[in-house]
Amino acid sequence: MPDPGRAGAADAALDVRGLSKSYGTRPALAEVDLRVEAGELVGLLGPNGAGKSTLTKVACGLVAPTSGGAQVCGWPAGAAPARRSLGYLAETFRFPGWATGNELLEFHQALAQSPGGDLERSEALEAVGLADAANVRVEAMSKGMQQRLGIAQALLGSPRLLLLDEPTSALDPAGRRVVRDLLERQRSRGVSVLLNSHLLSEVELVCDRVVILSGGRVVTQGRPSDLTRPRGVEVQTANGVRRFDAASREDAPRLVAELVSAGEAIYGVQVLTSTLEEVYLDAVEGAGP
Amino acid sequence: MRAIAGHTLRESLRRRVFVVVGVLSAVFLALYAWGASEAFDSVPDLGGRELLEARTFAGAVLLGLSMFATLFLGAVLAIFLTAGAVRGDAERSLLQPLVVRPPGRTQLLLARFAAAGGVAGAYALGMYALSVAITAAAGGWLPDHVVLPGLGLALGVVVIAALSLLGSVFLSVTANGIAAFMLLGAGLTAGLLGEIGEAVGSESLQTAARTAAWAVPFEALYQASLHALTSESSGLTGVVLRLGPFGGAQGAGPQLWLWTIVYVGLVLWMACAAFARRDL
Repeated sequence: MPDPGRAGAADAALDVRGLSKSYGTRPALAEVDLRVEAGELVGLLGPNGAGKSTLTKVACGLVAPTSGGAQVCGWPAGAAPARRSLGYLAETFRFPGWATGNELLEFHQALAQSPGGDLERSEALEAVGLADAANVRVEAMSKGMQQRLGIAQALLGSPRLLLLDEPTSALDPAGRRVVRDLLERQRSRGVSVLLNSHLLSEVELVCDRVVILSGGRVVTQGRPSDLTRPRGVEVQTANGVRRFDAASREDAPRLVAELVSAGEAIYGVQVLTSTLEEVYLDAVEGAGP
Repeated sequence: MRAIAGHTLRESLRRRVFVVVGVLSAVFLALYAWGASEAFDSVPDLGGRELLEARTFAGAVLLGLSMFATLFLGAVLAIFLTAGAVRGDAERSLLQPLVVRPPGRTQLLLARFAAAGGVAGAYALGMYALSVAITAAAGGWLPDHVVLPGLGLALGVVVIAALSLLGSVFLSVTANGIAAFMLLGAGLTAGLLGEIGEAVGSESLQTAARTAAWAVPFEALYQASLHALTSESSGLTGVVLRLGPFGGAQGAGPQLWLWTIVYVGLVLWMACAAFARRDL
């Protein structure tokens, strides 16, 4: 039995066990188990109302579980050491419009008890592409800039776990690329990330593992490559594209050999797999309402 | 805690809350100075000197009126600084990024109280001190106790800040603001009813007023502050001044101060306990 009062390097960044949460009679989460290891980037997917934000809020200590619980870096979610270990960006958030970007980060540094000073603030702003906006007031920033500022504040205090709820919803493609690069850099430093997002292509690109929630339950989880399944092989020939739906990757050399021996000229071969979007839709629709 | 309190004050400064309050207070004090000067110039016409100490009467009534205005303005400031501290800020999504930081909910709430209570209390004390100075300059009159009434007013405003903060955990900004002002009005009305009860010999009215004084001690502090202005006065002047403006003067012992401190502690404890259980 692990001692919940002590945190160590072996502890998962986030360990959710048997977590249930109901708002009145409406269940939001039911017996959810989820683990995010150190340095792991996990995508949390699900339709609206699946319980993604509630799960993140429980991990932050903003919402109390009905039963079960979560630990952050070995500490009970909501406890001061757990809060010290995480950086959080809410799906809907607002910063005071009168503050400049730099003032806001300075305030959050003080709250996070971070000794990082000017250097940490300028690095955080630079990491999200706001290096030139340090002295711009929040009320003068676009929604995308405010979202980047939100990500920058989550980085303060060198958290071991980042909980990001729809961090790119207001960003343009270039902004999303900046955030993707940032998340990969964080992972390389051993920081764990739980990423809530509706942008499946983005999750597929950056996440080590995905967890799909539906109706408050985990309906599937695994590595994106493990979740996808074969969908056949496509061969480009002089006579057009030939598609073999029942074939798998292992069948490709044999198919090419047969076509060549039949006198076909081959210009390309592509092994087809289902996309994360298809996996997601299958999982969510299979789970029912 | 210092960072949160400083952030709260900086927000009020940037949003020009203090500028508005400062300008309105300056206008009030200028009018008060003018009124006090005119009143003291008319003192010989107010009544026979043999029956009433006219300058004491004029000074105490003027300062009593100023104290009522100060209590009201201090309460407005306290309520505006605290009415949306929890539910209001949570509904605007301002609170969540702060609550997940290491200081946590209790420190956040206490810091908000320290900032609001400190500013509103200091404001009440400053306004009282300036009113005393203006009254002394205009009519050469000083209250029997100079410091105590100011401290009573300041503490009364701090009580209102604590109550408004407690309300902010449960109510939206508008509902909490209305509730806090109604509580302020109810407290002052209860004090007035108590004086009427004493004048007509109604035990039930006096009991209701005493109960209200325990339930919302800012009213008892206000009455005690009024009483301290002229507590050494006797004769007809003393009797007339006991029926002060907007609620009569009523002396109180040290137990009132002690109870008020315990009361504020209890209100803050309830606010912290309720906030700790609230989903955001």
